[in-house]
Amino acid sequence: MSFTEHIGEATIGGLAYVGSLARLAGGAARAVFIEPFRGRPLRWTRAIHQAMSVGVEAIPIVSLIAFFVGLILALQGAYELRQLGAMQLVASAVAISMTRELGPLMTAIMVIGRSGSAFAAEIGTMKVNEEIDALETMALEPVRFLVAPKFLAMILMMPCLTTWADFMGVLGGGLFGVSNAGFTWGTYFHATLDALVQRDIISGLIKSVMFGLVITAVGCREGFSTGLGSEQVGRSTTSAVVKSIFFVIAVDLVFTALFYFTAPLK
Amino acid sequence: MPAQPISKESTRGGSADNAIEVRNLHVRYGTREILHGVNFEVPSGETLVIMGGSGCGKSTLLRTLVGLERPSEGEIWIHGKNFAGMSGAERDELRKKMGMSFQSGALFGSMTVGENVALPLREHTPLDESTIDIVVRLKLDQVGLSGFENYMPAQLSGGMKKRAAIARALAMDPEILFFDEPSAGLDPIIAAGIDELILKLKKAFRITILVVTHELASAFLIADRMILLDKGVVVAKGTPDEVRQNNAPRVRQFLDRVAEPELAAEIDYLQMLTGEDPPQRR
Repeated sequence: MSFTEHIGEATIGGLAYVGSLARLAGGAARAVFIEPFRGRPLRWTRAIHQAMSVGVEAIPIVSLIAFFVGLILALQGAYELRQLGAMQLVASAVAISMTRELGPLMTAIMVIGRSGSAFAAEIGTMKVNEEIDALETMALEPVRFLVAPKFLAMILMMPCLTTWADFMGVLGGGLFGVSNAGFTWGTYFHATLDALVQRDIISGLIKSVMFGLVITAVGCREGFSTGLGSEQVGRSTTSAVVKSIFFVIAVDLVFTALFYFTAPLK
Repeated sequence: MPAQPISKESTRGGSADNAIEVRNLHVRYGTREILHGVNFEVPSGETLVIMGGSGCGKSTLLRTLVGLERPSEGEIWIHGKNFAGMSGAERDELRKKMGMSFQSGALFGSMTVGENVALPLREHTPLDESTIDIVVRLKLDQVGLSGFENYMPAQLSGGMKKRAAIARALAMDPEILFFDEPSAGLDPIIAAGIDELILKLKKAFRITILVVTHELASAFLIADRMILLDKGVVVAKGTPDEVRQNNAPRVRQFLDRVAEPELAAEIDYLQMLTGEDPPQRR
């Protein structure tokens, strides 16, 4: 096969994969937002259960990571700002990088590790045990039954977790600000609020919803494509994590570019 | 490759007397054809056993009959309706009248036995919880698992899992019941118990039963009719007595348990699976 044929084949394969993700997410969105109004209720208890494991149970680890990231940002920022004698800008540097970028991204990476992999493992195990086939023969659509509750939990929980991560990041930055940059907690939070505009927070939250969508679609897609045999479940889980991280960063790039080019000049 | 068009309006619908009619069924995975024109019918209320060795296509046939695989050609008539040509919603309606017991049981590991049996009722019927509770207990009682509602599938033995799966398949009072290798992986005593259960269900409910198995003893015990599949075609068909007296070499080999000469080459294996000329080596 020639080089160009390889490129063509890889491109078509990649597009087909993205198409399958879109189909899965579309099916889940339909089951969440349209079908309940047509007398096919969603499994609410399952969605709440998923929301607990995706969102609530992730709070400790997300808090810790976001706090550290905020602190790291402050240290790295201060290293440069110190030379310019602009240490008071640490607060706004941390606030803006957390809300616009690192809050959503670090949260997404944590959620991929905890929940994206779990989705792939759960659905993959069900595939291996013929449970997905069993659902189909019982006239229960696997997407509505399995993916939709995860989808709903994820798009609700990601913005919540991200907001919390933003706050913890600011707290982490504040620790440095208070101990080394001459702030008090009060002045630090004032400086943070002054630096942020609504757009910073909202653009981060929009990203987080998109990330949630991508993580659900990739995790479930990898689960459904699990081959025969239990060792395949491990393979799908790994592949769900790697592909989710890739797609989250790709989506991040697209949205960051979109926000950059549509931003009004300050 | 595009699937062959399956005519929804056939010249003649399946006979209403037959629960299942299969005509000229071809199924392929990619370029490999697994079933090469299978024909048979199952009259309502009878039990058909599909026998055959590993790789003969019997599992594929069953998967196609319950709609997990699409035929590339041919027709499947279920109660006079063309199952293979149906849209999603119609298929789902018909599927609610079919119960399937999988080889591994395929119970949902995250739910209790009771919840497994209740699931189709909760999803497809307007019954209230207390009625569902009664139905679940009744179904578990029918398969000899009274009192196991709150067990998780992982806590059950192999035979009990099969029974629980049968209870779930019975939940919607199906008109047709499918079994994939009901006694696979069970010791002879437990397997005999499952055979007895199938006979009991057959007598009690007069439902149409279709069983895929390679266990000869159990096949001859439960069958009203049987077919023997070999390399994707039906090589013998009839009542157990007719099949027993069949003198075709492949039938005799299967029934008399004559060992196959060992397969040495990959190419022979592929040929056995496909029944086609082996693919050209690159």
